[in-house]
Amino acid sequence: MNPYYDSKDLGQFGKIGDFGAKASADKFFAWYGEVFKEGALTAREKSLIALAVAHAVQCPYCIEAYTTDTLEKGCSGDQQMEAVHVAAAIRGGASMVHSVQLMNKARSLSM
Amino acid sequence: MNVGRLCNQACKHCHVDAGPDRTELMSRKIFEACLRMVDRDSPSTVDLTGGAPEMNPHFRWFVEELSKRSVKILVRCNLTIILASDYYGELPEFFARNRVEVVSSLPFYQAERTDRQRGTGVFEKSIEALRRLNAVGYGRAGTGLVLNLVYNPAGAFFPAPQDQLERDFRKSLDEGHQVAFNNLFALTNLPINRFLDYLLVSGNYETYMEKLVEAFNPVAASGAMCRSMVSVSWDGRLYDCDFNQVLDLPAQPTVADRVESFDRGAWEHRIISTGRHCFGCTAGAGSSCGGATT
Ligand code: SF4
Ligand code: SF4
Repeated sequence: MNPYYDSKDLGQFGKIGDFGAKASADKFFAWYGEVFKEGALTAREKSLIALAVAHAVQCPYCIEAYTTDTLEKGCSGDQQMEAVHVAAAIRGGASMVHSVQLMNKARSLSM
Repeated sequence: MNVGRLCNQACKHCHVDAGPDRTELMSRKIFEACLRMVDRDSPSTVDLTGGAPEMNPHFRWFVEELSKRSVKILVRCNLTIILASDYYGELPEFFARNRVEVVSSLPFYQAERTDRQRGTGVFEKSIEALRRLNAVGYGRAGTGLVLNLVYNPAGAFFPAPQDQLERDFRKSLDEGHQVAFNNLFALTNLPINRFLDYLLVSGNYETYMEKLVEAFNPVAASGAMCRSMVSVSWDGRLYDCDFNQVLDLPAQPTVADRVESFDRGAWEHRIISTGRHCFGCTAGAGSSCGGATT
């Protein structure tokens, strides 16, 4: 079996509309393009957010794409890695903060 | 003018394949022919590169000759040469005396990425050399001594927008190292020589070429530097640009191919010899020895 993730497949992403649901795909790509334009946030800030989210959702395509994109926006290794730490901190924190629910439930069951 | 392949460094991306073991050096005879060409055709700029151009034994004589003429002198200085010996340590004063515009490569404003491309310890040495250039007035307001930096990506990716990189470099070099410069030029790596070897070995060749071709920009093509220059090799042959020179891709046979017989009128109407490496000059914002072209 071929591996699920092949870097070259990213090149086909723009063609998903040819396979089906073209109108939705076109809207998605138009919206995607709009999202990443320079706005209240700079294109570089958006790219670093994308890199962080790519790690949070663990998408190999997005990790490759936004590693390249952040390099091409002049980001240093520290900036890239700090973005990933933010993603990891939120992921870790999200687990840890649920321990409040653990405590609440445990207390409600305990004498 | 590429005055020779001898260099004190041997960088991974070097398109000239320069290094300490290279023996090709421009002779006095060719330098003299270049001076005659300057007198006859009055170019606005003479741009000296190598290798490390300062290592050519006729370099200082030639720069002094040029400085007697009204032509802008540009020297592509790799910075570390300034620290190579006491003799080369005189370069900042020599440059200043002859009103040379200094253009120097600094792949990144942090040591790690710079050293990966140019060799261990190069960043620290480059910073020290920049301080010495600053000390004689280079990069300082009001001196008229111009020090420009060149950025090129340390890998198979494109450069960030030039103005943004310039802001990042200025902030980091000023705050972290008290180093000043005038402008930053962002260059795209061309797929030739050592950088091509790197692309092939690292498996990045196909993707990089596809990106270059996809990013083709007709406006950048119209500003390509080969349209307004002539490149003289260490042995006196003429090429459309420094890249064609190292690829030994000669100028079209319709024009004289040696500096001794250069004919400006014919040269301006020649057809430029191109190849797939040209996509490096025409991608995105464009790339030339003077940075982005759009
Ligand atoms: S300093 Fe310049 S000429 Fe020398 S090896 Fe490095 S890139 Fe090539
Ligand atoms: S590499 Fe090609 S496009 Fe670039 S300057 Fe040379 S001839 Fe012109």
